[in-house]
Amino acid sequence: MMKIYRVLLAFIIMCMIMNAPAYSEEEVPEIDIEVTDGVIDPIPVAMPEFVIDNFSSSIVANEIASIIKNNLTQTSLFRFIPENAYISDVTSIDAPVRFADWRAINSDLLIAGSVSVIGDVITAKFRLWDVVGQSEIEGVQFAGPTGSLRRIAHKVSDLIYAGITGEGAYFDTRIAFIAERGAKNDRTKRLAIMDQDGANLTFLTDSNSIVLAPRFSPDAKKILYTSYETGRPRVYLRNLVNDRVRTFPDLPGMTFAPRFSPDGKSVILSITNKGNTDIYLVDLANNTQKRLTSNAAIDTAPSFSPNGKSIVFESDRGGSQQIYVMSSKGGQAERISFGEGRYGTPVWSPRGDMVAFTKMYKGNFHIGVMRLDGSQERLLTKAFIDEAPTWSPNGRVLMFFRETAGANGAPSLYTVEVTGRNLRKLELSSFASDPSWSPLLE
Amino acid sequence: MIKFKVILIFTVLSTITSCSETSGLFGGAGGKNDPFANISQSSLDHFSSSIGDTTLFKVNQSVIEPEYRTLLDAQAKWIEENSISSVTIEGHADEQGTREYNLALGARRATAVRNYLVSKGISESILSVVTYGKERPLRICSEESCWSKNRRAITVLKGSSS
Repeated sequence: MMKIYRVLLAFIIMCMIMNAPAYSEEEVPEIDIEVTDGVIDPIPVAMPEFVIDNFSSSIVANEIASIIKNNLTQTSLFRFIPENAYISDVTSIDAPVRFADWRAINSDLLIAGSVSVIGDVITAKFRLWDVVGQSEIEGVQFAGPTGSLRRIAHKVSDLIYAGITGEGAYFDTRIAFIAERGAKNDRTKRLAIMDQDGANLTFLTDSNSIVLAPRFSPDAKKILYTSYETGRPRVYLRNLVNDRVRTFPDLPGMTFAPRFSPDGKSVILSITNKGNTDIYLVDLANNTQKRLTSNAAIDTAPSFSPNGKSIVFESDRGGSQQIYVMSSKGGQAERISFGEGRYGTPVWSPRGDMVAFTKMYKGNFHIGVMRLDGSQERLLTKAFIDEAPTWSPNGRVLMFFRETAGANGAPSLYTVEVTGRNLRKLELSSFASDPSWSPLLE
Repeated sequence: MIKFKVILIFTVLSTITSCSETSGLFGGAGGKNDPFANISQSSLDHFSSSIGDTTLFKVNQSVIEPEYRTLLDAQAKWIEENSISSVTIEGHADEQGTREYNLALGARRATAVRNYLVSKGISESILSVVTYGKERPLRICSEESCWSKNRRAITVLKGSSS
């Protein structure tokens, strides 16, 4: 197992001045992120070659550096200064830092590391320095098998990101999604899982049955999904540790749109029976079901609040598809979406203060966010089809799928920050849809 | 296009001895004297191409439009006369909707057809429904000309290839 030694803990330094009202920022800034006309100036970072003790260490060190660089660059909050500009290097992770040399190339931050590989064990140390304040921000040491290389790199990235921004971490996470292939009228779909950055792709099902919309459990060790393997859409629960698949034979009709409760002990889903779709809660310990909605409307796509007390879902009970909130015990539901157009796929934010959704309006699809009372609606994207947002565990980024129009139209995964900035496509080897972002791994 | 298909199938039908009583394009009559323990594939094709297996719907609607009542009446008649033992109604939606909602909408459409057939005397016990939502488009352009063909319910008889 990987152990984390926090060598030194220092203080957060950053004030992010942005027009994302959800995030109140505290702390006195030492390094500022400047916002000019809505554009953030990325922090200039120097990351000299990590100190190594032999050739195999150098391969591992370079790979870790490249993963860290990729993670941090993706956020648009960091800019790596090209190595040919460096006038100094780091020959020992424990030696004093020549701050003047790093300041001379306008670096605000310095990431120093040392990597040693002996047999199958990586030992890696990292220090994050505030070049301006001439102080250490984070120091950390990892030891793990060589197979944990990428996770070490993600954990270091998380420490740097969290240390600088004051936000929660999110790089050491996985994405469950649907990998798609083939023509639009002959698509095959496979349940797939990968690291947040697209590495370590694994397929969990073959292409014989349509599969839809995987959802991680709160401990990231299980996923719920929908499969047509019996010929009809039915919900399945797959244990990622032992690969066992659990079915729900007691549920009638067709079942889909499952999500875990925050304690992982129940599943909320839709059952379609006799043409009517309602929301049910299933207790995983004893398989008992509780019906939470019962009317002739379509009630689907439920998502729990982080405290488990409420459920946000979509319904066309008012005549068109809109977002509603009700108690997780069922009962009266309050409509919260009142803008023009139709609203679906609501997902409660990890911080509990917002809901992300898909909005359909005037022939376009949007990913958007709003408060739980429906106020402060902001649309973050616009395309032919943008659908199915999933939150990063820190509530900072939304992943969704974008499907292009036309006979050759196909879906890909994208991320966008909750501020609406930094839209990025994940470059994958197949079409991809229905992402589910895992919680932080242990 | 459709006429060509029908003629082709008629030719095929007329050469198959077990369907020798087939009395014309719309004549499922052969089945009456034949208990359809094993309905032949060509007869099922005949159903889909000559009677018609597709009910189309308006945007976000699951109401059977008046022009499809004649079709569904003919379906019910054919199902009854040929002693069909199992019928699945597949409900579909166009791509202009979210995945879960479209699954629910496809189920509504399939159920609307199912209920219509029940009202015409087809036994509930031989009818089942499945929704595909937007998962199985028939036409692939992103225009109303395709979407209107994808908002459909297909009546599939047991053994049918469609």
